[in-house]
Amino acid sequence: MVACCVALLIADSQFKLFASARVYLNSIVSPIQYVADAPQKMFSSLSENLMTRQALLERNQQLEKENLHLKADRLLLGQLQSENKQLRELLNSKRQFKYKRMITEVMSLRSDPFTHQLLIDKGASDGVYLGQPVINEQGVVGQVSQVGSTTSRVILIVDASHGIPVRVQRNDAVAIVHGSGAWDKLNVPFVQSNADIREGDLLVTSGLGGRFPAGYPVAKISRFEYQEGELYATVTATPVADLDRSRYLLLLWNDDPLAGADLTLDSPEVLDAPVQ
Amino acid sequence: MPLFNSYKIIYFSFFICLVAAIFPLPIMFNAFRPDWVILVLFYWIIALPHRVNIGHAFIIGLLLDLLLGSVLGMHALLLSLLAYFTSINFQRFRNFTLVQTTLLVGLFIFISKVTLYWIASSMQEIVLHRHYFWSIFTSMIVWPWFFLFMRYLRIRFKVI
Repeated sequence: MVACCVALLIADSQFKLFASARVYLNSIVSPIQYVADAPQKMFSSLSENLMTRQALLERNQQLEKENLHLKADRLLLGQLQSENKQLRELLNSKRQFKYKRMITEVMSLRSDPFTHQLLIDKGASDGVYLGQPVINEQGVVGQVSQVGSTTSRVILIVDASHGIPVRVQRNDAVAIVHGSGAWDKLNVPFVQSNADIREGDLLVTSGLGGRFPAGYPVAKISRFEYQEGELYATVTATPVADLDRSRYLLLLWNDDPLAGADLTLDSPEVLDAPVQ
Repeated sequence: MPLFNSYKIIYFSFFICLVAAIFPLPIMFNAFRPDWVILVLFYWIIALPHRVNIGHAFIIGLLLDLLLGSVLGMHALLLSLLAYFTSINFQRFRNFTLVQTTLLVGLFIFISKVTLYWIASSMQEIVLHRHYFWSIFTSMIVWPWFFLFMRYLRIRFKVI
């Protein structure tokens, strides 16, 4: 029995033998997950049903207003988009913004105490795939790490084994953000002491690596410190998304991994051409 | 059908303890969640060693691995080992007083926590939280009441 367990451990962790079988194995246990999630769901639906008419009216009005603002913004956005496209064509660098997305609900269940994971109620039958980027309305949340047929697991950006390529929004300096294992802290390793990064800088996905589409906010720099004589500066950041509190998440379909990448290496040649 | 009846109760208790193991709690209380799976297995192996054996512990461990999303086999290995130690000593454990079994449960859960940490740290990069060991104490507090409740259930439903 012990040998069997050790064999399982090694097979799963080192060789990833169960990557495909996990879909079926996960669907075996999904009834238990649904049962455990049911009370929470019932309470939330109860509290939705037990709202007063006044509260509903107020909420409707508020949403109506918000919708109007968002629509007005969207008008501008359409114009900016076409302008951006024109400019991009002038620069001869193409970049697409069309991503398919899907709303998913978090099943707030406990996970392995050593990792930061969430369970979501969409799976392989909805087209979810391994490594799929997951965001909420504030910023990047994480990526899909295990897929079941109706549920999947999302590994959060704060997990100690997670890394994500970013750039500083202010000056396009690139970096990598690693999870620290704490809920509200991220590490930014290998930053030069003279790098132009300040506290309060917003880090957005750079699209390098092809897994996350470019341009989504990830974290804010919370501390930048350099001790004389050390090789790199110690930089920490806090995630912009409320990782432990969001009930709904968005799954993104990143169809062409390289379409979102900032292929800035091409542009200098184009810029050089007119000069010569 | 006494056999079918007793397995019905045993499997139902396993199902409940798996649900309790992943039941959503606020992050603050999450670390204080008692280890229901270990408590239930420990009780059944002491009470009915001819019904619940290492195989059950292995299957429950696998299910727990899948539910928690940890590396496959981690909890399976741990629960099988605990079940083995319990089932070779069940005669002795049966004669323990409630205080002694409570201490034993604490010891078991401590061993399980350390082993899980050790296995997980050898597989991947992990971070140990300060609250990680709190559930030992909550499990120990819960155990006597849980034990009496399970005994009441066992006698009430004539699980043999």
